Amino acid sequence: MSTITTPGGFAGRPASPWFARLAQFGATGWIGIAVIAFWALAAIVGPALLSRTGAAGGGAVFAPISADHWLGTDYLGRDMLARVIEGARYTVGVAFVATLLASGIGTLLALLAAATGRWIDAALSRGLDTLTAIPSKMFALLMVAGFGSSVPMLIATAAVIYVPGAYRMARALAVNINALDYVTVARTRGERTGYVMLREILPNIAGPMLADLGLRFVYVVLLLASLSFLGLGVQPPAADWGSLVRENIGALADAGSSVIVPSLAIASLTIAVNLVIDNLPGHSARERGVR
Amino acid sequence: MNALILKLLGQRIALALLSLLAVSVVVFAITAVLPGDAAQEQLGQDATAEALAALRAQMGLDVPAPRRYLHWLGGLLSGNLGVSSTTQLPVSELIGSRLPNSLLLAAVAALFSVPIALSLGVAAAVWRGSWFDRAASTGAVAVVSVPEFLVATLAVLVFAVQLRWLPALSYVADIESLGQLLRAFAMPVLTLCCVIVAQMMRMTRAAVIDQLEAPYIEMVRLKGASPLRIVLAHALPNAVGPIANAVALSLSYLLGGVIIVETIFNYPGIAKLMVDGVSQRDMPLVQACAMLFCSAYLILVTTADLFGIVANPRLRHR
Repeated sequence: MSTITTPGGFAGRPASPWFARLAQFGATGWIGIAVIAFWALAAIVGPALLSRTGAAGGGAVFAPISADHWLGTDYLGRDMLARVIEGARYTVGVAFVATLLASGIGTLLALLAAATGRWIDAALSRGLDTLTAIPSKMFALLMVAGFGSSVPMLIATAAVIYVPGAYRMARALAVNINALDYVTVARTRGERTGYVMLREILPNIAGPMLADLGLRFVYVVLLLASLSFLGLGVQPPAADWGSLVRENIGALADAGSSVIVPSLAIASLTIAVNLVIDNLPGHSARERGVR
Repeated sequence: MNALILKLLGQRIALALLSLLAVSVVVFAITAVLPGDAAQEQLGQDATAEALAALRAQMGLDVPAPRRYLHWLGGLLSGNLGVSSTTQLPVSELIGSRLPNSLLLAAVAALFSVPIALSLGVAAAVWRGSWFDRAASTGAVAVVSVPEFLVATLAVLVFAVQLRWLPALSYVADIESLGQLLRAFAMPVLTLCCVIVAQMMRMTRAAVIDQLEAPYIEMVRLKGASPLRIVLAHALPNAVGPIANAVALSLSYLLGGVIIVETIFNYPGIAKLMVDGVSQRDMPLVQACAMLFCSAYLILVTTADLFGIVANPRLRHR
């Protein structure tokens, strides 16, 4: 593995591994990063740049692509471009927060399980295994039936569903690190469990966990889009890309842009994340089919 | 078959039953305990204490949650699934009328996708690195990384809108001939197949490649066996366990798939029933459907495990 030394850098300190990895990226990886950056920007600053909002209706219904409406109009005559950009906030934002929560909680629990005794490990592992016995969509439907669907609720649901997967992945990595000599040295030195978890083990599992985070993000996007498509996710008048496909399904009969554009948006985001993960050096999680 | 295998099989089945019990606790907790007082919600904030108490007694909410759970579980085991809160019909009747439709859809989808996926997966493994392998693998990744409803929408767009071969919606009610049956089923089955074939092909490919890279295959190749013989006589018999495992696991994706497919094609199956139940918050219906789906899922996952154990030669000859 080649390391790039920073010009005039600190003595003996290699460049950040992420920088080195990005330099080795293939062209498809860069395309993926570009698409993700585009949607992230659209979610953050997009709505401010548009001259009209997605709430203003009144135009022709299901109008085709034109100079006035770059992506046509939806079933109420609203501008599709504005709707898709506003939808990016929900799709990208909600999924991102949920994924961070799921991976964060999963990693912390895994560190706890690896660094402390056998009992906490066994209890956590068994408890989280129970959650994986319920298919993800079924669990989401149950949560919506029980608690209704609001944005915080959707975030919590997606986070709960994907904690066990992140936990299992992080625990497998952390248990290996925990058995290494320098961790024993740290313990013998009298470091507390928290120090061992966060300073000794965490930095060594962070890389693979970030790749896992990307993969989990795709699952969350797919789950939330499916839920919205069923009409049980983000509620109108707000809309994520899944709801946009549902709302405009009437345009399907004449292949209207209002149903095709949000579909393409979802596909572009998930495929882009997959491309980036495929170009990371340690992308073995995918091959093993962890879901 | 020996005592060790039987013991392992018994353990897996006991574990599955235990998981199912734990799942029932989770399902009951999410739908009936954690959301709070259902009577309060139904009557609103300014209901009188007497009205609340009366409705609670009528809904059976005046007993503590553990006893309600046991009562519900007992009903579930004896086939008494309760009464739907929106239609006032017995849940077992509602499910009974829809279940055959869903089973038929799943069976037809499995019938088509298993042979296609297995032959694609084995072919991709044998010619790994070729253009065929790359095309098949890329296609599979593309299908796996988009939502099911997108595959369905695309299928409608191509086959019903552009080519006009098939009707966009399926209605099981007005089927008289075999031709109509095929036409009505074509779109839902096509969509489900796409999703499952992609999953199963990837897993089969991985399982066969695992065998083809083992040292004994190199030995067979050095011995001068033909490529066909290497695959059919040497690699495949050893890959049967992992492949059966892959088939059972991929079929569990059917469960997620039917939820979307039945809704988008308006197919009167059990998943559509459950989605309607969720949007109307019809708890008895949702609970029963959820338990049905989770049981099916656990059966498939456990079957995958059992295949893995039975097909492992190291366990068989001990």
